[in-house]
Amino acid sequence: MGTFKKGGIHPPQNKLTAGSPIVTLALPRRVELLLSQHIGAPATPIVGKGDIVVRGQEVAKSSGFVSASVHTPISGIVKKIDTVRNVAGQPVTAIIIEADEENHLADEERRTNKTRVRSDEELERLTVEEIRAIARSSGLVGLGGATFPASVKLAPPKESKIDFLIVNGAECEPYLTCDHALMRESGDEIVKGVELMRRACDAPEAIIGIEENKPDAIEILAKASEPYAAIRIEPLKAKYPQGGEKQLVKAITGREIKSGCLPASAGTVVHNVATAYALYNAAAYGVPVIERVVTVTGKDLSRPGNFLAPIGMRLGALIDYAGGLREDSGKVILGGPMMGRAAINLDAPMVKGISGVLVMAEDDSHRRKEEPCIRCAKCVDVCPMGLEPYLISTYGRLRLVDEAQQNGARDCIECGCCSYICPASRPLLDYIRLGKKLIADKIQREKINK
Amino acid sequence: MSKILNISLPPHIHAPGSVASCMWRVNIALIPALCCGLWFFGIGAAIVTVVSIASCMLFEYVITKWMLGREPRISDGSAALTGLLLAMNLPSNLPIWIVIIGAFVAIGIGKMSFGGLGCNIFNPALVGRVFLLLSFPVQMTSWPIPCADRLAYTDAVTGATTLQLLKSGAMQASDMDLWNLALGGVGGSLGEVGALAILIGGCYLLITRVISWHIPVAVCFGAVVLSLCAGVNPLIEILAGGLLLGAVFMATDYVTSPMAKRGMLIYGFLIGAITIIIRCWGAYPEGMSFAILIMNGFTPLINRYVKPRRFGAVRRAEAA
Amino acid sequence: MSGVFFAIMVLGGTGIVAAVLLSIISKKFYVKEDSRIAEIESLLPGANCGGCGQSGCHAFAVACCEAGNLDGLDCPGGGKDAMNGIAAILGVENHGGPAKVAVVKCAGECNERVRSSYYDGAKSCAILATCGSGESYCVYGCLGCGDCVDACVFDALRIDPYSGIAVVDDSKCTGCGACMKVCPRNIIELRPYGPRGMRVWVACSNKDKGAVAMKECKRACIGCGKCSRVCSHEAITVANNLAYIDAVKCKLCRKCVDTCPTDAIHKTNFPEEKVYSNQPTGSDSAVN
Repeated sequence: MGTFKKGGIHPPQNKLTAGSPIVTLALPRRVELLLSQHIGAPATPIVGKGDIVVRGQEVAKSSGFVSASVHTPISGIVKKIDTVRNVAGQPVTAIIIEADEENHLADEERRTNKTRVRSDEELERLTVEEIRAIARSSGLVGLGGATFPASVKLAPPKESKIDFLIVNGAECEPYLTCDHALMRESGDEIVKGVELMRRACDAPEAIIGIEENKPDAIEILAKASEPYAAIRIEPLKAKYPQGGEKQLVKAITGREIKSGCLPASAGTVVHNVATAYALYNAAAYGVPVIERVVTVTGKDLSRPGNFLAPIGMRLGALIDYAGGLREDSGKVILGGPMMGRAAINLDAPMVKGISGVLVMAEDDSHRRKEEPCIRCAKCVDVCPMGLEPYLISTYGRLRLVDEAQQNGARDCIECGCCSYICPASRPLLDYIRLGKKLIADKIQREKINK
Repeated sequence: MSKILNISLPPHIHAPGSVASCMWRVNIALIPALCCGLWFFGIGAAIVTVVSIASCMLFEYVITKWMLGREPRISDGSAALTGLLLAMNLPSNLPIWIVIIGAFVAIGIGKMSFGGLGCNIFNPALVGRVFLLLSFPVQMTSWPIPCADRLAYTDAVTGATTLQLLKSGAMQASDMDLWNLALGGVGGSLGEVGALAILIGGCYLLITRVISWHIPVAVCFGAVVLSLCAGVNPLIEILAGGLLLGAVFMATDYVTSPMAKRGMLIYGFLIGAITIIIRCWGAYPEGMSFAILIMNGFTPLINRYVKPRRFGAVRRAEAA
Repeated sequence: MSGVFFAIMVLGGTGIVAAVLLSIISKKFYVKEDSRIAEIESLLPGANCGGCGQSGCHAFAVACCEAGNLDGLDCPGGGKDAMNGIAAILGVENHGGPAKVAVVKCAGECNERVRSSYYDGAKSCAILATCGSGESYCVYGCLGCGDCVDACVFDALRIDPYSGIAVVDDSKCTGCGACMKVCPRNIIELRPYGPRGMRVWVACSNKDKGAVAMKECKRACIGCGKCSRVCSHEAITVANNLAYIDAVKCKLCRKCVDTCPTDAIHKTNFPEEKVYSNQPTGSDSAVN
């Protein structure tokens, strides 16, 4: 069974919604579509106030090589293009659309029968360029949470020969089960999406890595991938951060991505299972990325579950479907508890990169009191990148930029193992991130000076 | 606006361990060895242990509260651990006032003068112990005979330890009863007599993941290698004296041992080696305390030059 | 007797050999340093604050000697006295600008701002700034974790416990700019100290539109432009919904301070305006 060797932790899994089916949510009456839901340049709006749009229509087009277009999940009228607050409380530009009567029909249609735009035979005949074009026009981004435009990753640089397409179904974060639910319910679609991806990046072999704590998913995908000689499933040990890009490549292929390099340098491309599913949906049904599976969970919620949620719906409404916030809810995390961001503003809209919404009780949501470092070396033990978190963290706090850089701060993948394990509850990762930011600032300054 | 939430950077969950739980676990792991000491040396061992722990905690409290003006943190068990380890390293007939002086040196000089928990360079308990050894050599090297009179304290009948006998040539290595050594029927400090009890405590620490195997194993390995070089029986060297106690409980002290696994192996090996060198060619019959203190001094250097291997590290030849 | 003689010979001989070696080495490896460097360094504060742009006080002294004049060299920490002294040592004239002092361009006290969240992480503004808008919805204002306080080597800054905002003690501030560089939201500005310390500035950095800014903070500059209209010296410009007072043009008339609808313009060190009243003053009433 594959795994990465160095470091790693075993946090309590808490997969409360592991067996929950994916519930399709009703389309909301109003959506706010942020122009920047991905890494790279924000999309450019191509609709104006008062325009009538239909479900799946492109409303903002990608504005550069590293960018992604945005589509509307509901049919209706563009109310305005205005500043709204995102989940972090920052003002950002959004297209605000309100539903009309058409929307009801669209909702019905998506529940009952999907219309195919391409048959499976047609899919097999798609050229590499066509697959990339579909990814580009459907606004496909890495749905694992990184939100890097997928079309860029599907077109690896010519000079690097790709040997493996690695598909990430590890889902090593505690609580999250959205990928698990998707693999269970849509194994065939995922495998077909993986096949499209494999052809797009011209890899002779595609390997789907799944943690062993999801035996049903492994079984279903193994069955689905039988007709495809080039696709196989690799069960992985349940260990965090098994789904980290570098750890996953190491666990499956044994190759180490060199410090500061992309996976392509090791002959690999890494995608998420949810991205594969979305690519298939776009290619076979012509449905762009307008909804995604989200795990809404937490010990505080009465009805946690996996939901197929439209992009642009209010996060607060999404939490209400799962039972709603309680008086004693203290923190809402977007993503998993190890790497997810804490939300400030729940009136903000859903974006493509949100894989989970985790509600924590007030008592669980506080950091513990910081104690002096006893140099127990636990952070060094668990660091999957072989760094010395205690050292980098200290350099970050003291703003010693050069020292932090020499000690490999930029190799840090921000998995949070060090902060998690620290018996003195020191905010190691906070200061490492500060150090990384200072290093980035310094490099930026040097570039400008040149 | 909706509910006001708490925010922070990830991670948002935390492992259950804390500084206090680590320290108390080491204290618990010392209980078998302590029971051994109480069985062999009776009331004297109890007095020395209680006085040592109480005065260490008191000195810690007084210094943090009144001299440094900080919030005292004696409940985390680190002062109690220092006191317990110090007592483990003392003969059970040591007068109370000497124990108190030892506790003061351990906490006041060994720990607090460097800045308290986490800042000390040398193991505080050993600083206290070595200070007493150098200041009161007679009291510190007269060991009560085990099981002789359990009600005696400073008036206990004393005898020589295994290592002293070997050193002076009064006893030959071939005459040794290894079982007796392992079970603790020989003279010595009150914590170092029961080798099996120490190993039980060590297993507990390994299972609860308070320590890793690297340092104790490396210490024993270093001792074995050097014993073979010096032509003495390695088993006797490991079982006799404070080597096991030091390897399991004192060389593994978090604060004063290296951070990287390879560093721990180097550190442990050298402790074992230096101990045997002192025993065989030095003036003292026992060298564990000195060996650990010497290597404590080298820990920052080891930390600086022995780094864990980075993931995806680019080798120099490749980079060029 | 011979033993004593032998000891004296050995020790004395060792001493003489060591002395000769020392003197040879000190001659051979002597580093000639401009004597003025030490003189200049003695005038500098020695805090190595980096406000001059050099790596420390010694580097600044070296730079002064190498340049031979004081163009572009200024020690904000030492102030005018130090610069005049250095000018005298170098035999040049000091054309340094006016003394400067740091001002915090935010007045959004805890009860004036809408609270958005409670921050629970490491106490650092730079880290809080990466958590989105922070504890309020204003993405421009003071975060109150005290990075500037940590950066100040002259102990001139503190976080006011009631307002949660950084406050500059202008008697201690040397205008070195360390706080300005470290502030992740760039709300600290170096402004001329002003005659007897009298200064007027806009204590807000919010660039949001008026309506948005008003929702975020009662003390926000809403970019209404009333101040720039009332100013008779054309010292105030409004750009990006934020007013800015040019300290050179400002004549300290304080009309803008009274006009501002949100009290976003601050004044400091002006003599208290006399209040004419018939009531006995406090000190008189204390005497029965």
